[in-house]
Amino acid sequence: MKPAARHPLLLPLLLFGLFGATLASLALGPVALSPERLWSAVLGHGDPVATTILWELRLPRTLVGLIVGAMLGLAGAVLQGYLRNPLAEPSVLGTSNAAALGAVAALYFGIAQWHVAMLPLLAIACALAAMLLLFAIAGRSESGLTLILAGIAVSTLAGAGISLALNLSPNPFAAMEIMNWLLGSIENRSTQHLWIALPGILIGGALLLVDGRALDALALGEDGARSLGVDLGRLRLRIIFSLAVGVGSAVAVSGAIGFVGLIVPHIVRPLTDRSPSAILLPSLLGGAVLLTLADIAVRLAQTGTELKLGVVTAFLGVPVFLLHLFRERRLW
Amino acid sequence: MVTIRLDGVSARIGRRDVLHDISGLIAPGRLVGIIGPNGAGKSTLMRSILGLVPLSGGAITFDDRPIRQLSTRQIAQTIAYLPQGHMLHWPLSVTRLVTLGRLPHLGPLARPGARDMAAVKAAMHRADIGHLADRAATELSGGERARVMLARALAAEAPALAVDEPLASLDPGHQIDVMELLAAEARSGALVLAVLHDLTMAARYCDRLLLLDKGRLVADGSVNDVLREDRLRAVYGVTSHIDLTSQRPLVVPTARWTEGR
Repeated sequence: MKPAARHPLLLPLLLFGLFGATLASLALGPVALSPERLWSAVLGHGDPVATTILWELRLPRTLVGLIVGAMLGLAGAVLQGYLRNPLAEPSVLGTSNAAALGAVAALYFGIAQWHVAMLPLLAIACALAAMLLLFAIAGRSESGLTLILAGIAVSTLAGAGISLALNLSPNPFAAMEIMNWLLGSIENRSTQHLWIALPGILIGGALLLVDGRALDALALGEDGARSLGVDLGRLRLRIIFSLAVGVGSAVAVSGAIGFVGLIVPHIVRPLTDRSPSAILLPSLLGGAVLLTLADIAVRLAQTGTELKLGVVTAFLGVPVFLLHLFRERRLW
Repeated sequence: MVTIRLDGVSARIGRRDVLHDISGLIAPGRLVGIIGPNGAGKSTLMRSILGLVPLSGGAITFDDRPIRQLSTRQIAQTIAYLPQGHMLHWPLSVTRLVTLGRLPHLGPLARPGARDMAAVKAAMHRADIGHLADRAATELSGGERARVMLARALAAEAPALAVDEPLASLDPGHQIDVMELLAAEARSGALVLAVLHDLTMAARYCDRLLLLDKGRLVADGSVNDVLREDRLRAVYGVTSHIDLTSQRPLVVPTARWTEGR
């Protein structure tokens, strides 16, 4: 008898949550759309205000949130499995900040105007450079601590780079922009942003989803994995490449949103057999749900200026994360 | 069935030569023990046979095919490996962990099928861990975890099995169980290599012993040929009492031996 890898209700629950969060994200905001207005706008014969809000504001923003969240959740699950470290995620390891630095450089030095693909490409290139730097610093040690410390160094360096680039640019809103890139936001995202992020996220995400088997083998350590037939050199290259492409593309349109990749795998893991492969798909779906809910909270919060997404993901996620940490720590 | 040939195998880790010119033919159907003091190169020899350590000289072949030409997956299908230390990074259930042993036989996206689960069940039965099936492997005692890891290696059903210190942290009863199991594997036609520290256990169950010292193969032969008082003194630096009254020698190290005493 084969044991189930996941709780039978986990995926249905996540899909239901995804559906609900998407609907809520389309309906809620400064102007709430009733189900009837929303439905007639979807069908194309609603009132012009509702139609514009839905098709030009809410739908692109919702879709961007869904794909960015999915990518971050999946990236966190893959990194935790690959590094065998429950603290790993793209923002902890500096990948997100490095990608944001690339995006900032593209935007504020005019490179993004050359071609629409320059923004994500530069973000991907910086994410790739950061990951290579990280693995060069951490070396071949199996110690998670070295890697986390190296990640903090890379992350801080990239964050300082963002601040420097914005300080140097002739931009009167520099301080505000720094916050946007370091804490993340998907406010006012258009269909164009969707097209910027989508190809990289599809490629990176698809490549990451197929490596579950090798991540499981790594639970036995590097020798254990190799003796089970895993080619570690190729696996490392594939993971670095797909993470850089996926996370780079996501960050290029959203900024560096922290915590999603860290929390989501921890939330879904207890409902699986705890093997790295079993949490990949749930983390992808959970990331999309979490980021969408956080974005709804950002819109509904009655503050003078709009809250940053990273602040809300931290407030939403950290309590859940701590709860699970206390419950799980006897297992570590 | 597989036959492993070592042909002048040398390896170095960093600048240190760890293995010097080791040759030998390891045939299926026998339990071969690798013995020697700490740092003699036992684990490195085993890891080099698995292709985990690059050779600085010589060659290793499986049935006349150099392992350098085999993929990691082909090696994994030929020889199952139980590393020492029994490292486990995630709190997997015992069944899930043992199922990992089937990875060399699974396609990239295929799920374990009925054939795989039958192998898993059989391996768990042989390692006597059926009652632990649903426990988290990280919560087990050292001895239980050692047997779970052994079951993981057995689940591969590979023609060869390499186990590094399988007896560490096992009580005498389970030590005998594990050695009986390895001997039974060998009798059923598998090639079984085991790094062992307990010389009496090695003497009692192994069909052949390889004695390593400072990276060299200093003795290779039957138990009675290899386990001699003078040789143990030279290699391990101990005096020992070897009782030859029963069928297999009983080795009891008695004292540290120092020159000129």
